[in-house]
Amino acid sequence: MNEWLYVLLFIVVGLIIPVGAIGVAWIISPKKPNPIKSETYECGIETVGDSWVQFKAQYYIFALVFLVFDVEAVFLFPWAVKLGQLGLYAVIEGIIFILILVAGLVYTWRKGMLEWA
Amino acid sequence: MNFWNDPLKTAADWLMGVFTGWGMNEVAAQVLIAFLGVLLLITLLMVLDIFLVWIERKVVARFQDRLGPNRVGPFGLIQPFADIVKLLIKEDFTPGGADKVVYNIAPMLSMMSVLILWAIVPLAPVILSVDLNVGLLYLIAAGAIGTLSIIMAGWASNNKFALIGAFRQVAVMVSFEVPMLATLLIPTILSGSMGLNGIVQAQNTWFVFIAPLAALIFLIAAIAELGRAPFDLSEGESELVSGYNIEYAGMKFGMFYAGELLHAFTFGGFWAILFFGGYRFFGLEQVSPFLAVAVMVFKAMIGYWIIMWIKYTMMRIRIDHMLAFNWKFLTPVAFVLLMVVALANALLAGTPTWLYVSGMFLSNVLVAWAAMEVARTVSRREREKVEGPKAVAEAHH
Amino acid sequence: MTAEQIVFLIVALVTLGSAFMVVTTRNLIHAALWLVATLFGVAVVYALLNAGFLAVVQVVVYIGAIAILFIFAVMLTRKDARDSGPQTHKNWWVGALLAVASYLGLSALVLGWSGSSKAAAGLPSGFDAVGQLGEALTSPNAYVLPFEVASVLLLAALVGAVYVAFNRK
Repeated sequence: MNEWLYVLLFIVVGLIIPVGAIGVAWIISPKKPNPIKSETYECGIETVGDSWVQFKAQYYIFALVFLVFDVEAVFLFPWAVKLGQLGLYAVIEGIIFILILVAGLVYTWRKGMLEWA
Repeated sequence: MNFWNDPLKTAADWLMGVFTGWGMNEVAAQVLIAFLGVLLLITLLMVLDIFLVWIERKVVARFQDRLGPNRVGPFGLIQPFADIVKLLIKEDFTPGGADKVVYNIAPMLSMMSVLILWAIVPLAPVILSVDLNVGLLYLIAAGAIGTLSIIMAGWASNNKFALIGAFRQVAVMVSFEVPMLATLLIPTILSGSMGLNGIVQAQNTWFVFIAPLAALIFLIAAIAELGRAPFDLSEGESELVSGYNIEYAGMKFGMFYAGELLHAFTFGGFWAILFFGGYRFFGLEQVSPFLAVAVMVFKAMIGYWIIMWIKYTMMRIRIDHMLAFNWKFLTPVAFVLLMVVALANALLAGTPTWLYVSGMFLSNVLVAWAAMEVARTVSRREREKVEGPKAVAEAHH
Repeated sequence: MTAEQIVFLIVALVTLGSAFMVVTTRNLIHAALWLVATLFGVAVVYALLNAGFLAVVQVVVYIGAIAILFIFAVMLTRKDARDSGPQTHKNWWVGALLAVASYLGLSALVLGWSGSSKAAAGLPSGFDAVGQLGEALTSPNAYVLPFEVASVLLLAALVGAVYVAFNRK
């Protein structure tokens, strides 16, 4: 049997539990909405403007750098699994791979893109 | 007798006999048995989760020199059940302007992303759901769904605080995932396996003795991933009230809260699996699978306790400091450590165990010492840039 | 029809349905979330094909990083750029034509291939796909050069992205 079937079952049961809990709460809890109650909560003062505030570009940069390292790790996992049997040349290859990417991190750093400014 | 040696298989075989005896198709019976097993495990986890609320509140009370819940039942043990009743009968509430569908899906996804992590947790040599050969990446994948649920919650609430909290939290989660990935590669190198059962089996010497620095970096990254103090700026009470879940009430908030506690416990468990031998403890796991489960849960509890200890001891860190700490210190150190471990592992291969372990340990200590020295020099230079040269201050002595 | 085929059909329908929602919904964040559903559907297809590593990588890279990047990018825009404007381009029929043509071409290729009618041989038990991949990536006789070039490519992507962002500042 495909082992991913278990993962699928975990996803299904993992959804049933919260859906059930929220569903029960939905059935037995009171529902008396009114316009004042459903206003956005900002510590009591009325909200000004839209919730869609302009965000810093920095969030995007960090996500971008993360993406590159994420893909790198995907390449490195198969390398790490076999490393014990492969000998020194494979280790050197992996180290070159990592060093090239660390150069990217250094470049980002030197350009000042890692500053939260 | 057999039940005590391999409870899962015995129970499955017995159920198989029962179901096929009812005239059920064999494949359908297999799926049904797997479903029942998963349901049992997750139900047990939810019961544990209820008590984690009590444990967390008791422990934080002790850290803060209080007693904690002690009114409802003996030692306040019934308190979490009272809390559940309260959560259930709170008004079911959707804020105006919220995106109803996304708003309601987010807490469910948050809980699910934690529960599916237990698919790969080996509780004993014979008690595990599935030994995926890509276990460690599965861990990251489940975390990705958790990240998504936070951003969904923050966006769908139509609240500035929620959105800002979610963005900060997600920025922190993705940033600290980089050193986490690097430290996950280290047990993979040491054990030659990405499956968690393989990693546990390979730990004749606990990996914490072979790669102590990796264990430390993993713990730091895990705490950031959990969004717990000192990395809980997403819910800074004084500025964002409670972050991405500000507009949630009742059971929907309860799902986020229970998910967070179970997540912390789960990462305590992963810390134990990756670096502290998982269910292994001086051959105790060979005696009985039930002892192995007890060892595993005990180790996970200790991991969870350490995460709580850090949470209630440290101050919250500012977001710029936190991200600078990650990108300029933790990430470079983690990658240098990865390279050093890979190299040392290859050079020391085939040497006697005592030499291998002490060599690896020393290489880790060396990396840690070098990192601290570099950090100290750089921060001294930066301080001098701000405060002026130190020689002036010393002249006044 | 086997159980696996039924699961595949359901997943394929959900994937295509969410892909359709990606291009038709007017709300950009909804489009990004539908895209997540599409990518997850593809991951399930990989898992059905016994390609566990690819399935997990699909979730880690596409949902964990790229979808988050999309959402961040959408949030960087101003809101008035969101729900306005027509959804189709005046050259939409060219795109449709290209899509249909490439679909037909791919179908012809697959149908013409002799392997498409055969059932795939089962994997030997204990087949270590990740280990084989690791060996192939580091062996000088196999893919060690592409492995290192991938690193350079990632470096180029990072430097390029940082350069673009830096000059906009």
